[in-house]
Amino acid sequence: MEEHHCCFYSKMLSRFSIGSFVLSLVIVLVVRVLYVLYRCGKPFPKGASPSFTTLIVLGSGGHTAEMLSLLSVLRMDRFTPRFYIAAATDNMSLHKARSFEDSLLPDKPAVKEDVSLQFTQIYRSREVGQSYVTSVWTTILATLHALWLMIRIRPQVILCNGPGTCIPLCVIAFLFKVLGIRWSSIFYVESVARVKKLSLSGLLLYKLRIADQFFVQWPQLQNKYPRAHYVGCLM
Amino acid sequence: MEDGEKNDGKRLVFVTVGTTSFDALVKAVVSQNVKDELHKRGYTHLLIQMGRGIYSPPKCDGADGSSLAVDYFTFSSSIADYIRSASLVISHAGSGSIFETLKLGKPLIVVVNEDLMDNHQCELAEELEERKHLYCARPHTLHQTLTKMELGSLVRYDPGDGTPVARIIDRFLGFPDD
Repeated sequence: MEEHHCCFYSKMLSRFSIGSFVLSLVIVLVVRVLYVLYRCGKPFPKGASPSFTTLIVLGSGGHTAEMLSLLSVLRMDRFTPRFYIAAATDNMSLHKARSFEDSLLPDKPAVKEDVSLQFTQIYRSREVGQSYVTSVWTTILATLHALWLMIRIRPQVILCNGPGTCIPLCVIAFLFKVLGIRWSSIFYVESVARVKKLSLSGLLLYKLRIADQFFVQWPQLQNKYPRAHYVGCLM
Repeated sequence: MEDGEKNDGKRLVFVTVGTTSFDALVKAVVSQNVKDELHKRGYTHLLIQMGRGIYSPPKCDGADGSSLAVDYFTFSSSIADYIRSASLVISHAGSGSIFETLKLGKPLIVVVNEDLMDNHQCELAEELEERKHLYCARPHTLHQTLTKMELGSLVRYDPGDGTPVARIIDRFLGFPDD
């Protein structure tokens, strides 16, 4: 009889302790997410770091041209090493990025061997016209690939401007912040093609407050999204 | 606006559909009333970059001078050279082609592809039309746009750059202003 009671209490106790463990984990996570959201968008103190590991997300349909326009006015020594990422189906973007990097160092054409520069392709979760059934698998594959790349690169700065490939990368970067794996600053410039409405990528990063700084190129968008910086056209 | 007219009196209209296909635009530019209107306005050559389109327009050498010479190709790595040599550009609504043409100071008619699913592209073309940097049309209104087009009323586009973004990023990361 006594034994039976004892067993009952120990079960209750373990159930209670598992419950309280899960509850405290949830509380810690919620507090941590709130802290990350509070700190996102807060500038760094002066002289925080001489340079930042930078991830640059490229994309066809004008995104790469706009990104290169921005890179051409940034002081590149502050954004080193640099990792360029483009969709696996996009053959032109990385080629353009290589030419851009070559143009920075005219007397050193062997940029490809430079360890501080990498050009990587990433699987896309869904191609234009792909069916939704097969896109479940490709989405899982794309997410795992993005996670692997992010673990390898662990960027401190992410520059992106709209292609869908930037979403898994930015969400993983946000999770890294919550889990304390790596703090990163996400800069998002909405494409010049968006005059009145944000793209889906832009809307997600703005609404979920994942982007630290959000830029738009037309004044109409800044009226609608007051946390965005209006910066005029990049092109 | 710059006119690419050469000494030989050649005045080229360059049409570009970008990396995909836009047969509705190709069909519209080779329709008789559009070709007649272009010829009336003193253009001598029509060159079409037709991309992956399946409609091949009829070629014409226009040797007798009574009509427009028509030629086409699918892709080229030097679209900028064609734009540079053109007197008028008729383009799809992709931002790359639009800004490449505006930066070269060429008169531009953007034709919006109405068959695209998520058609955000017309936003940019319409905004730039409102600012008088270009004309915006649909395939079926191209002729109408050409007849009312006044190149003198177009305003030259002043290209922007990334300096304002760079300044904010640098300040955010704690870098001193240069």
